[in-house]
Amino acid sequence: MTSARTIAIRALALALASIACLPGCRKNDRRVLSVVGSTSIQPFAEMLAEEYNGRQDELDVEVQGGGSTFGIRAVTDGIAQVGMCSRSLKPEEQFTAISIARDGIAVVVHPTNTVDGLQLAHIRALFSGQVANWRQLGGPDRPVRLITREEGSGTREAFVKLVMGKERISRQALTQESNGAVRELVQHDPAAIGYMSLGLVGQGLKSLKVEGAQPTSQNVINGSYPLVRPFLFVVKGQPTADARKFIDFVLSGEAQGMLEREGLVRAK
Amino acid sequence: MKLDKFIRVVLLLVALSGVSGLALMTAFIFKEGLPLMVRLGVADFIFSSQWYPSEGQFGIAPMIVGSLAVTAGAMVISLVFGLGCAILLTQFCPPRLATGVIKPCIELLAGIPSVVYGFVGVTILVPFIRDYLGGPGLSVLASSIVLGVMVLPTVTSISADALRAVPRSYREGSIALGATEWQTTHMVMLKAAMSGIVAAVILGMGRAVGETMAVIMVAGNPLAMPDSLLSPVRTLTSNIALEMSYAAGDHRKALFATGVTLFVIIMILNTIALAVSRRRARRAGL
Repeated sequence: MTSARTIAIRALALALASIACLPGCRKNDRRVLSVVGSTSIQPFAEMLAEEYNGRQDELDVEVQGGGSTFGIRAVTDGIAQVGMCSRSLKPEEQFTAISIARDGIAVVVHPTNTVDGLQLAHIRALFSGQVANWRQLGGPDRPVRLITREEGSGTREAFVKLVMGKERISRQALTQESNGAVRELVQHDPAAIGYMSLGLVGQGLKSLKVEGAQPTSQNVINGSYPLVRPFLFVVKGQPTADARKFIDFVLSGEAQGMLEREGLVRAK
Repeated sequence: MKLDKFIRVVLLLVALSGVSGLALMTAFIFKEGLPLMVRLGVADFIFSSQWYPSEGQFGIAPMIVGSLAVTAGAMVISLVFGLGCAILLTQFCPPRLATGVIKPCIELLAGIPSVVYGFVGVTILVPFIRDYLGGPGLSVLASSIVLGVMVLPTVTSISADALRAVPRSYREGSIALGATEWQTTHMVMLKAAMSGIVAAVILGMGRAVGETMAVIMVAGNPLAMPDSLLSPVRTLTSNIALEMSYAAGDHRKALFATGVTLFVIIMILNTIALAVSRRRARRAGL
């Protein structure tokens, strides 16, 4: 009886102690640097943060998603020191932007689709709903199923800017909330066409040639692949000393090499 | 005596904090959403189908239709299966099988997280619909089925409780008068339990209208108005959840206004359903 109670009290004390410890004694009192924003940049930033956290014991870089616009808002409100933004800044967004890499936007279809490449005008016609059947572009006799990203997504905004111009994306387009969800749909639907970060395409999808250029890192570098957007780190005014350290690491040759191996293209 | 009073006050405060949470939330949603609705015109906001936040156009008609269609579909499915199950459990099934196997299984459904329903829907149900029925697979039908299964435990257990609460003498009297078991069930038991069954439907409907995660995964979420069971659909909740993290300024307010609309729809549905169940109860003399 007594011993059971003692054990219970000890367990409780231990639990309380560990809760009390959570914010304070994590990893020898490192300072936290929060990096928040685009879900397209997030996996790459997480990889870099893990590497960076492992090699020094001063800073603890924490990466969170939420979207480009959310990242910018977080920086504005001071919730995060660094925002991640996967599109060019709008004129009203007055921030210091540091380009950490470039990323192509791949236009992806089901592997069985016989269409191999499209002109920008074709992609625009598809996504605005003017072309409703793959036959019109030399493909199989199948209705076109458009897959787009949600309003406010950096990938969507970059796609609209690079491809759509003044045209609207069709109302019929299915809306998915992440690169992964787009890939999942396109992978299993022979009629689908979507767009996503080139670095995240992976296996099981067919990326179309755009204006005759394959979506490869090389073609992004030499400028022949037209759908390219910047990956930006955004700070308010000057970066803080902590932010500066992490940014310097991200821009170092080694980190840039890591990004390159993951399918991105070096910052200019 | 003093302790009694003290505990009474404490409990009162606890109860009030729950209610005031609701009041604060309601006030907040309306405060954020209503000004934009009024500025755009409530009718324009509700009846326009132009949702282009970046151009300042906010119309949620297709999403209202979408939410109602998906919920109606889910209620048909959960009512057919849920009520059927409740009748079986209370009227026809040996008690040991009912309480030992069927009931726990159905209650287990309630414990499965909604993202799992969505995942199963998107990996099994959606390809099935796409291959055998046509369309993109992500559809009103898929959402209705997923939601219908999700609200099944609510509908089943509350209707079963209602059927069990019917006095034994009703059933015995009916059987004694020569009615068969099925006649007894649908002419006496179901009528007597009607108010409880309506309550089951209300609660199920509340969950179906408000469910978000599973619906985002299987509905497809286009802006267009759904025109068949196989067309994809965007509901009010998925509109909010999809765009919330990105939205700023008027866009954000428009999402709150979507929330206001959802709130009002749920209030209307609940009021209608409650009124119906009260009237039925009065007529049945219960």
